[in-house]
Amino acid sequence: MLQSLNVRATLVSLVMLVVLLGIWELANQAPAADKPLTEYEMLMGGADQEARVPPPSAVIDLAVDELSNPFYDAGPNDKGIGIQLAYSVYRVLAGYLLAALIAIPIGFLIGMSPLMYKALNPFIQVLRPISPLAWMPLALFIIKDSEASSIFVIFICSIWPMLINTAFGVAGVRRDWVNVARTHELSALKTAFAVILPAAAPTILTGMRISIGIAWLVIVAAEMLVGGTGIGYYVWNEWNNLDLTSVIFSILMIGLVGMLLDLALSAATRLVQYQE
Amino acid sequence: MTKHFLEIDNLARRFPAKQGELTVFEHASFGIDKGKFVCIIGHSGCGKSTIMNVLAGLDTPTEGHVFMDGREVSGPSLDRGVVFQNYSLLPWLTALQNVTFGVQARWPNWSKEQVREHSYKYLDMVGLGGGAELRKPAQLSGGMRQRVSIARAFAIEPKLLLLDEPFGALDALTRGTIQEELLKICDATNQTVFMITHDVDEAILLADRILLMTNGPHARIAESVKVDIDHPRDRSSIIHDPGYYPIRNHLVDFLVRRSKELSGAVAPETDAQAAGAHPKIVNPAADATAGNTSAEHSAA
Repeated sequence: MLQSLNVRATLVSLVMLVVLLGIWELANQAPAADKPLTEYEMLMGGADQEARVPPPSAVIDLAVDELSNPFYDAGPNDKGIGIQLAYSVYRVLAGYLLAALIAIPIGFLIGMSPLMYKALNPFIQVLRPISPLAWMPLALFIIKDSEASSIFVIFICSIWPMLINTAFGVAGVRRDWVNVARTHELSALKTAFAVILPAAAPTILTGMRISIGIAWLVIVAAEMLVGGTGIGYYVWNEWNNLDLTSVIFSILMIGLVGMLLDLALSAATRLVQYQE
Repeated sequence: MTKHFLEIDNLARRFPAKQGELTVFEHASFGIDKGKFVCIIGHSGCGKSTIMNVLAGLDTPTEGHVFMDGREVSGPSLDRGVVFQNYSLLPWLTALQNVTFGVQARWPNWSKEQVREHSYKYLDMVGLGGGAELRKPAQLSGGMRQRVSIARAFAIEPKLLLLDEPFGALDALTRGTIQEELLKICDATNQTVFMITHDVDEAILLADRILLMTNGPHARIAESVKVDIDHPRDRSSIIHDPGYYPIRNHLVDFLVRRSKELSGAVAPETDAQAAGAHPKIVNPAADATAGNTSAEHSAA
């Protein structure tokens, strides 16, 4: 059984996890009291003179507690982790799909037409490096809705990798395959769908995968800014509550959901992948 | 001038270069009759592939015209099937889907069943079936890929089949097998074929006529060599034909020596071809036998 690379890798991972958690746990133990605590000391949380990072055992306790009832809703400042994540995922997907709807056709246009490439390139080069959060004030002013503004921010940050990868994939379709379409008298539309789209699909999907990663990074920051609901808001709210256990727990959940989103896109990429 | 099925009239292709322009080939005129197999041989850079692309409609000539069946060729058409050197199969489709791709383009109104049946007919013809047709090109050997490519080209039943060095990337054994299959299919379907090759033996085996090109730039079609060997031919017996070695020696001599000597631009007034004449027809097989026997040769 130890021969299998996967089994061995899993074992090494587990050892590292245990060691890391052990160090974390041991480094954050409150010192044992050497004399009986005064009533004041007990009120202030034991004999500890400084605040400590909560140990993993506390985080695990909280995680079990939170995940056993993820969708409870006890008012604006007390919602289950599932609800907060669902808000964030909804915003990410809304902004992301909107971006795909616009980026892929425009990317096609840029990839097919050298004229459009040259004409649109300056706009892309200037707009692309702008931090998506820099759009937030303008978005809030114009849209006048915090929910829609955060969706817009996701839209604007996820559009560029998709746009550029689509253009790159379409422009790089092998001449031979286009010639096959031409010698078979395919119409422009048929060529686009039957030859260029499948040929460029792996590159387009790679762009979409980069985009979903960026969108998930940005939503946390955007929600910290606009507040109300969502995992970003949750992190900031728990920080304001000085509940670091919840902060660590939500950080882990952000990582987990991000990984799931990436896995979904990588599975989709594998579907359209072809071997030359 | 007699009218041929395919008529190439004073074709030239020039590209803009740093100083003036670069003439790849010029004064190319020839004709191909229906059902004939014509090969073109020349060194790299003489513009064979450019001529092929012009015939396919993928490139436009700088001068001259191409007529097929009395109509001028402009742009690609399903009347001309092309087999490219690197197979050009769509890698995300299975072998079968690559063939149905062509069939559907040719007969958009056919039912799925009809398309399938027709595609299988041609896949069977090139010896592909029994599950191999459901694999993607990457999972097929080079020889099988080129078979798929040939099946796709034949399946659209083109009036003219264009083959651009179709066997160049194959090993010698596979090449021989597919050459014979192609020969059989062409004999059976009476297909008109224009093919580029580097291989002298391949040209003699397959062609009725071989066009010889001088080296580029300013390449021209110097001669049209008649391959006076009866059909059906096969690889093992063709080398015993009395005409085989005279033809082969003539071709090799041209490629090694004369293609270089004849290269370069020719002043229009000294060259009959500049006026649109077809290349000189030579028949090495007949010339060789004329001396000793008076054996009759059937006109190819």
